[in-house]
Amino acid sequence: MSDSTPHGFHSTGAEGPAIGQDEWVARHAEVRLLPARLAPLEQRLRAVPWWAWLTLFVGAFCLFPIVEPSGYVRQVAFLTVLYMLLALGLNVVVGWGGLLDLGYVAFYGIGAYAYALLDSPHYGIHLPTVVSIPVVVVIGALAGLVLGLPSWRLTGDYLAIVTLFFLQLFQTVTTNWQNVTGGPFGILNIDPFGLPGGHKLATAHGGVFAVSYLYVALAIFVVVFVALRLLNNSRTGRAWRSLREDPLAAEAMGMPVNWLKLLAFASGAAVAALTGTLNAALYGNVFPLSFYFVTLITIYTMVILGGSGNQAGVVLGALIVSPLLEVLRDADKSRVLFFVALGGGLAFLGRRNRRIAMVAGATLVFGFVVHAIARAIDGGWVAGQPGAGGFAQLVDHWVIAPEHPARWIAPVAYVGVIAAALLCTVLSGIVRDIATVPTIYLGAFVWENVMLSKPDPARYIVLGLILIVLMVLRPNGLLGERRVEIV
Amino acid sequence: MDQFIQLTVDGLTLGSVYALIALGYTLVYGVLKLLNFAHGDVFMVGTFAGFGVLQLLGGPANPTVPIWLVIILVTLAAMAVCAALGVAIERFAYRPLRDAPRIAPLISALGVSFFLANSMQLLFGATPRNYDLFQYHGGTLYLRGLHIGGVTVPLLRIITILAAFVLMVILWFLVNKTRTGKAMRATSFDREAAAMMGIDIDRVIVFTFILGSALAGAAGVMFALRVPTNVSIGFIAGLKGFIAAVIGGIGSIPGAMAGGLILGFLESYIQGYVHGAHIPDGTQWSDLYVFSVLIVLMLFRHQGLLGRPDIRKV
Repeated sequence: MSDSTPHGFHSTGAEGPAIGQDEWVARHAEVRLLPARLAPLEQRLRAVPWWAWLTLFVGAFCLFPIVEPSGYVRQVAFLTVLYMLLALGLNVVVGWGGLLDLGYVAFYGIGAYAYALLDSPHYGIHLPTVVSIPVVVVIGALAGLVLGLPSWRLTGDYLAIVTLFFLQLFQTVTTNWQNVTGGPFGILNIDPFGLPGGHKLATAHGGVFAVSYLYVALAIFVVVFVALRLLNNSRTGRAWRSLREDPLAAEAMGMPVNWLKLLAFASGAAVAALTGTLNAALYGNVFPLSFYFVTLITIYTMVILGGSGNQAGVVLGALIVSPLLEVLRDADKSRVLFFVALGGGLAFLGRRNRRIAMVAGATLVFGFVVHAIARAIDGGWVAGQPGAGGFAQLVDHWVIAPEHPARWIAPVAYVGVIAAALLCTVLSGIVRDIATVPTIYLGAFVWENVMLSKPDPARYIVLGLILIVLMVLRPNGLLGERRVEIV
Repeated sequence: MDQFIQLTVDGLTLGSVYALIALGYTLVYGVLKLLNFAHGDVFMVGTFAGFGVLQLLGGPANPTVPIWLVIILVTLAAMAVCAALGVAIERFAYRPLRDAPRIAPLISALGVSFFLANSMQLLFGATPRNYDLFQYHGGTLYLRGLHIGGVTVPLLRIITILAAFVLMVILWFLVNKTRTGKAMRATSFDREAAAMMGIDIDRVIVFTFILGSALAGAAGVMFALRVPTNVSIGFIAGLKGFIAAVIGGIGSIPGAMAGGLILGFLESYIQGYVHGAHIPDGTQWSDLYVFSVLIVLMLFRHQGLLGRPDIRKV
């Protein structure tokens, strides 16, 4: 490696690569988020120490309830903080340890159920919160240790599947062991958090989400973030990285590989269990299905989108995905989101690329033409019910919305748009540009006529798509370290 | 004794379905060293494709063509749909990641699985679909059949078991007696060396996905002939198929067949015999027992019964 002299290279700090980091690797693993034009700005932003970013971020989050009076939005913010915590925990196992843990949500569930059993009328136990939270965290960490044990002998895919079985086992037990877990009906009337004086922290004021829980969650978030940060900057963190990059080499260098794996599992599980207590205390009930595959995929999407291995990245991932899922719940908002994202994306890309600009223009015209033809042939094709509001009216003039769509239209259009989009990725040149126009229009048609009416599968389809597209196009996510292969 | 025969027949039917799913896992794992998480959902799509064709042919009560042709057409259609789906998944979700770290295609596979399950729910809703062949001629397919002791083995069961057996024989023939099969075995043994010997790896992998997914489609129809299907069975069916593959030793074709049958028997006997005051009841908790067996097996012999232990060379 003759090119190891760092000409004009600056890593995150002025002092060069940190201990335990190869200079050459650091340079090649450098991730650019902004275009090259703004590189100096990005470098300066990256030079700001992490605690300053954290203070700024949490400060802004604390001010959020002041500008936002709606209880619903505040509760979404709370949920987002929960997801940020979960993503931080998963990041320890997947991002730092490199262990694919598909049983992660089970720890979230274990935390919630443990808190529910310790503080509810179910058994009549009402431990003070200052006692029950540490107990739950310890239970979570122990469960993490137990699930970590298979990682001594199994790696990669096998480990992934054993952890998935653990999740399934947790699911089976919580659903069927009615005496203890309440079965599918869950455990109800869980106590909210209590202050040391015996005062209960109400979860709602006049039926509206109590903002104090948002602050509790944020405080816990700060503690967890800093603790994990320090852990990662310590010897242990470096050892985890070596484990992730090459377990065999790490073992050969004398790393206690097995203990490192256990520690990663236990730390992740403890964070998840802690988050579980927050969930149980706020909502006051736990059900088996809250801790299942959907939640798992959601957290994975956050971690992968933000960039696994990077704390700021996974928090960003949660900050994007959690509100996105909320917005997609509502047909009107999700319509606006789709068309603004589509138009904005095309306009942004089209500014520098004339072909994309032409495709965007052609799509716009194509839509009006198709709409006009459809109306001329049969008015029923465009007579579908638009949503309320001016935006929906506008969209209604562009996208065909049949009044009584035949039953075959939805499957055919849906499969058709997927096939067309996949086809576009294998075509090239002018043919692709031409094919893209009707594909985009068909996509808009499907979104308007098929997806909007069924938000639940539609939201999850978006999640699945994000995962696949990310893995194919940008596996290191928005802020993640790029993996460098040294041969 | 009657109960034993009944449970054995049940186990055999269930086991042949599991074996067919497990074969898909094993084939793909053998060639790509990839755990295809989406396989269970391909199976689920197969059950729906079969249901759609059954409706097109006039439904179970009065089909427009003879009943044997109905069953064959339904199976073939499900196999074709699944094969096409498998090829698309391989081409667009796995092939771009072939040289990525091993964690990447796994996550992509999770995404595909989630995407498929929810797409099917979007299009067809959560209502269960019942093939309901009992409606045909007042239940002929169920009431007639072989009599063993005091038990009647319904015709439909016999057909299912035979069909699975025939498919496995065809697969064995394809893998062991054809040129493409030889290329598959070579690729599975050492992909790089196979590529250097002039084997078109991409073609082999596509062929593998066609085989595996088509088997999943057939398994889907056989499964749906027994019990109603819905959009969320993919996850659990995928897990069961994977267990079967692991029991037999993932990567080994006879292993997957044996593993499927073992799992089928195990589940059937657990549901039939494990009852007691102090232990979890078998009918409700069979999954618990099965998963525990698997976790223990993976810890102590994760290469399975017939698999090769993976030796790491540094």
